[in-house]
Amino acid sequence: MRAVITVIGKDTVGILASVSAVCAEHHINVLEVTQSILQDMFAMIMMVDLKKSTLPFPEFSDQLSQLGEKMGLAIHTMHEDIFNSMHKI
Amino acid sequence: MLNTKDILETIAMIQEEHLDIRTITMGISLLDCCDSNIDTVCQRVYDKITTRAARLVEVGNQIEKEYGIPIINKRISVTPIAMVVAACTDRNPLKLAHTLEKAAVACGVNFIGGYSALVHKGFAAGDRELIESIPEALATTDHVCSSVNIGSTKSGINMDAVAEMGHVVRRCAELTADRDCIGPAKLVVFCNAPEDNPFMAGAFHGVGEPDCVINVGVSGPGVVRAALEKAGDCDLTAVADLIKRTAFKITRMGQLVAKEASRRLNVPFGIVDLSLAPTPAVGDSVAHILEEMGLECCGAHGTTAALALLNDAVKKGGVMASSHVGGLSGAFIPVTEDAGMIAAARSGCLRIEKLEAMTAVCSVGLDMINIPGDTPAEVIAAIIADEAAIGLINSKSTAVRVIPAIGKQVGEELSFGGLLGSGPVMPLNTASPARFIQRGGRIPAPLQSLKN
Repeated sequence: MRAVITVIGKDTVGILASVSAVCAEHHINVLEVTQSILQDMFAMIMMVDLKKSTLPFPEFSDQLSQLGEKMGLAIHTMHEDIFNSMHKI
Repeated sequence: MLNTKDILETIAMIQEEHLDIRTITMGISLLDCCDSNIDTVCQRVYDKITTRAARLVEVGNQIEKEYGIPIINKRISVTPIAMVVAACTDRNPLKLAHTLEKAAVACGVNFIGGYSALVHKGFAAGDRELIESIPEALATTDHVCSSVNIGSTKSGINMDAVAEMGHVVRRCAELTADRDCIGPAKLVVFCNAPEDNPFMAGAFHGVGEPDCVINVGVSGPGVVRAALEKAGDCDLTAVADLIKRTAFKITRMGQLVAKEASRRLNVPFGIVDLSLAPTPAVGDSVAHILEEMGLECCGAHGTTAALALLNDAVKKGGVMASSHVGGLSGAFIPVTEDAGMIAAARSGCLRIEKLEAMTAVCSVGLDMINIPGDTPAEVIAAIIADEAAIGLINSKSTAVRVIPAIGKQVGEELSFGGLLGSGPVMPLNTASPARFIQRGGRIPAPLQSLKN
C-alpha cells in the first residue's frame, strides 16, 4: 500500500531528514516529496510505499506522530485511498 | 501525485472541521432464531450476534487507524424483536432486551437497535407485548435502542398505537427520572421507517434485508459550514453548488469505508446514509450552517427555506458519490445534540412549531427535544400524530423522540452526556388534544399512496 505523510508546523532544521530516517529504518520507500514554506509555516507532503515495510502500518503512523510531538509538528499518515476517493472521480 | 491543496483540505476537514464516519452499523437478521421456547430464542440470538459481529469493533478500529479517519460508533441493528418473540409460547420480550444488552457488551459496540415493532396498520402477535415492555427494557439496559413504526404513506396512521406511544414515552421518562430521563432518548416513534437506517436510536434490520449487511452513516456539518465561511458572500445558487461539492467528498469517504469494512468482514455492503449528523461539539452543528447562510439565529423566519436548500444539496452531492444510498439521508436536527440548536432553544428563538415546519423539508423529525415533565400522554401522542401526518402526506420518514423532563419545567435543563448532549426544556402548546387522541382508529392512507 501507499500512504501520504503530511507534516505541518513551524519550520526548523532537519524535518525532512528526521521523517525520512524513520521511513528508511523500516524499509519504507519515499516516492515523492513536495514542500512549501508560507511565511514561517512549513508544509511537507510525502508519498511513501509500504510494500517492504518491516513495521505494521498503525505502529508506523504512531511513531511518526510521536516524532511530530517531539519536534512540535503535526504529522499525519494516511492511506492514499482516502485522498483518491475524495478528490478523483 | 495528488494535489497538495486537496491533501491539505482533507487533513483540515478531519483535524479542524470534525469530519468523521459517524457509524458503521452491522444489520443482522434474527428471523432464523425463532422458536416456541423463549430461552432457546435468547441463546440463538446471543450466539448469532456475537458470531456475526465478533470482529466488527476490531475491523472498525483497524480502518480508523489505517485511513486516519475517525469512526465514532460501531453499532448493530437487528430484526424487530416483536417478530422474533411472536412464535414464543411465553412472550416475554424483556428477556430478549437483556440478551441484546449482553450481546452488545460482548461485542463492544456503542448501541444495539431493533427493540422494535412495526404496527402501522395494526398489532400482530408480539407487538403489544413488546410496546408495553419498552419502558422497563430501556430503564434496565444501557445499549438497547427501541423504535415503533406507527404509520406509513401506504397504510395510514394507526392512531391506537399513537395513543399508546404517548403513555410509553412518558413511562420511559418516569422510570429513568433519576438519570435525567434518559429512557425516551433511546426510543423513536416513526412514520415511514426505513429498513436500512444505520443511525440510532431508530435503527432496525428490515425483513427485506439480507442475513447480514454493513451500512455506513457519515457526518460532516462542520465541513459544510467551513466551506460556506470560506466562500463568503455568494448567491444561493453558489451556496447550493458548494454544499453539493462538499457532500460529494464526505460521501466518497463513507463509500470507501463502507466498501472496506464490507470486504474485511466478508459481509455485503448495504448502503451509505447521506445524513449530515451533528454532535454537541462546537463546530459540528447543522444550526451553524443555517446561520452561516445568513440567519441571525436558527429558528428565525427563513430557517425552513435554508434547511430545504441544505438538505436537497446534500442529497444531490452525495448520491453520485455512492453506489447505494439509503437510510434516512438528509440533514438531522436533533436539538440536544447540536450546539447551535441548543443555543437557539435556550434563547427562545427556536421553538417547537418551527422545528415541526423544518421536519417537513429534512430527514427524520422532532428529535431530542426536552418537554415539560407534566406534559400529559395525550399531548405527546398528538405531537407524534402531527409529525406522522407530515411524513404520511409527503411520503417521507418522520419521527418523534421527545424527552419529558420529569419534575422539571420550561427553562430547566436535562443533560444526557456523550453524543446525546444536553438542552433546555422547551415550551409546548398546552391546549388539550385529548378527545381527538382518544377516538383511536386509523387515519386512512392518503391519495398519494395510490401510485399503481
